[in-house]
Amino acid sequence: MRTAPYEGVVVTAPFTVPYVRFSPRPAQYWIGAALRGALAAAGLGPRDVDGLTVSSFTLFPDTAPGLTDHLGLTLNYLDTVTVGGACGAVALRRAARAVQAGEAEVVACTAGDANGIDSFRRLLQSFSRFAMDASYPYGAGGPNAVFALLTDHYMQKYGAAREDFGRIAVAQRDNARRNPQALMRGRLTLEDYLNARMISDPLGLFDCVMPCAGGEAFLVMTEDRARSLNLPFARILSAVERHNAFPEDSVQYRGGWAENAGRLWDGAGIGPGDVDLVQTYDDYPVICAMQVEDLGFCAKGEGARFMAARDMTVTGDFPHNTSGGQLSGGQAGAAGGFLGMTEAIRQVTNRAGPTQVPGARRALVSGFGMVNFDRGICTAAAVIEGVQA
Amino acid sequence: MNRLPPKKNPLKRTQVPVSPPGMRSRAATAMTVAAAEGRFALQHCGECGAVQYPPRELCRGCLSDALEWRDTDPSGAVIAETTTRVTPDTYFRGLMPVRIATVLLDAGPSLIARLHGAVGRGDRVRVAARIDAAGQAILLALPEQEGTEVRDDPTVRELSTDPRLRRVLIVDGRAPEALALARGLLEAGAAHVFVGLSEIWKPFALRDQFVALGACSFVKLDVTDADSVQDLAAEIGGKVEILIDNARFTRPGGVLGRADTVFARQELENGVLGMIRLAQGFGRAMQARGQDGVNSAVAWVSILPIGALVPQMSHAMASASGAAVLALSHALRGEMRGSGVRVINIYAGPVDDEWHQELPQPKLAPKALAQAVVKALVEGREEATAGEVARDLYARWREDPALAIREALGGTTA
Repeated sequence: MRTAPYEGVVVTAPFTVPYVRFSPRPAQYWIGAALRGALAAAGLGPRDVDGLTVSSFTLFPDTAPGLTDHLGLTLNYLDTVTVGGACGAVALRRAARAVQAGEAEVVACTAGDANGIDSFRRLLQSFSRFAMDASYPYGAGGPNAVFALLTDHYMQKYGAAREDFGRIAVAQRDNARRNPQALMRGRLTLEDYLNARMISDPLGLFDCVMPCAGGEAFLVMTEDRARSLNLPFARILSAVERHNAFPEDSVQYRGGWAENAGRLWDGAGIGPGDVDLVQTYDDYPVICAMQVEDLGFCAKGEGARFMAARDMTVTGDFPHNTSGGQLSGGQAGAAGGFLGMTEAIRQVTNRAGPTQVPGARRALVSGFGMVNFDRGICTAAAVIEGVQA
Repeated sequence: MNRLPPKKNPLKRTQVPVSPPGMRSRAATAMTVAAAEGRFALQHCGECGAVQYPPRELCRGCLSDALEWRDTDPSGAVIAETTTRVTPDTYFRGLMPVRIATVLLDAGPSLIARLHGAVGRGDRVRVAARIDAAGQAILLALPEQEGTEVRDDPTVRELSTDPRLRRVLIVDGRAPEALALARGLLEAGAAHVFVGLSEIWKPFALRDQFVALGACSFVKLDVTDADSVQDLAAEIGGKVEILIDNARFTRPGGVLGRADTVFARQELENGVLGMIRLAQGFGRAMQARGQDGVNSAVAWVSILPIGALVPQMSHAMASASGAAVLALSHALRGEMRGSGVRVINIYAGPVDDEWHQELPQPKLAPKALAQAVVKALVEGREEATAGEVARDLYARWREDPALAIREALGGTTA
């Protein structure tokens, strides 16, 4: 099945509210601040937005409608995109379809989460029904423990080494050192990575993301509108989402990308070798490797070695998570699912500043989210191509 | 692990009990019900036969809502493991590191389980469902072979109520099962058994046999006397890690048999009010020591007549008293939640003693009752039966309580 192309729709005005380790501000603030930033970047005001997507874990007791009231928005289109780390690509494609179908003219895609003292524990213990019933009471390691099981299995199955994962983390730190907004910018060597204290074997400290607060947003509109606003923008060459793929696998070693890769690249009309940079969802390095292999950059099981053999820095031959990703930038809840997308939009429109990959035009952004029980459920990916206004 | 842990430093603060994560869905609570009975049960689809985990509202294979909790083959293999060293949870922080695994069951589903120290990735295991300090089921992957080294594993100890290295109070030393109970507990590794005797000055034929067991001592205890209970609690309350409430006063007969309430009152004094006095005397101290190291306070055992569940006409008042104690026992279980002290109900059939003479066989040998108590403690069961009659009635009650109670009145063919 081939999906209709995303003709005439573009993505623009990426905005990142700088992340903070702990903050007393609630999710409404982070989402609102991100929205304000994106609108300012586009020269628009709240009255110009008639569509909104919201991704957040910590809006409670509000939901998206409450947020429209909170922020004073009047909308034709409102979507809650609760797919965790897959929300960037998923929000993009749903917003694009809404604009393409004429349901809305300007859709603001937003993501943001609070992080106060102890809020991460409270999020974990009631993250999902299955987590509450069947994973959290088993040592309460949270996602670290679940992904440690998955990493352990992946290493046994495919012979990946900690050094391979370490190179992913180290390259991202090198990228983060160029990004003044990244929370972790200290030098990190492979030796540091390997010698760091273990968190949940085989995961060490630098395999894990640090929870923080933050917000992200971008705008989806018609190409004509973007041109009339004189904005740099990116076209959507292709986008896919898939949820709960391969439920029969006893342990997760692949994701929905493996089922969708053909459709993604067919839709884009290009192949993995034709993108200038890759933004994967990096809650743990093993997931980066899984995305890279499932999306066809290399054979299944080769992802970690494939990446380790390349230069993944901004100036390298395989630029990957160029802002430093979540591993070095921090995980701002659902905003972590937007981080790769906003960075990719900046990259392909030549607005990435200190992390700019020279001459970048096309980017792959992939996402992964919702550890419902023992695996991530939601997977998504998008290929975008920048156009200079 | 065959010796008592060293004496505690009285200057150090006793570890304060903190509950493990205790919230579950209603469906998962059904797994806890099975775990309390010592069973490993999972949801089986009544339509397509699929076995699934975690518990759901519908079958994930065919969307049928005909889900049944059935005992399930616990065999499987560890296909991934991790040692978790960091947690935001206060209970587990005190236990770190905690080893967990992904176990692929032969029955189909995979699950996350705590790991016994002797097994790891690649090993064959059997999965047991155990009650944790929150009173909820936790899956535990054990070596395929049973043995004492299995019992002494710290994770197994955390998820059981093993009498080994613990001090036990048997409330009524004159009860027919008391001697067998003391012997069984000591054989299971109990550090000491306190044997309660009311009117301690009275002759006691079995005295020498208790003494011969070794780590056994008599204490003055009359559950009908609040002062007696308080005095003993003040003396040994901080040393009792398992309390076995076997105090009862049983007389045969229905409601119409007597013209007074003398016996009925005595049954209430011993069973119901006695239990409350014991709980008021010993409960708080046990609760406070629920996570006090290797020999933490761990279990409150109520020995109840099966009539507590299915009222027996032959012993109507014992059934009534048992039912009242059972209700209190459930309440106590709720109050103890999170501390580490489990509340265990042992449903006993008619004991082979002078107060059940007129009942037909099979009757419960005191020794069999003692064995049932020790077994429940070792395996961490919260609900267990003793004897064939109790087992039969319990099964009927589980299947259909109203039918079981009605047929116990007679008039139903076998």
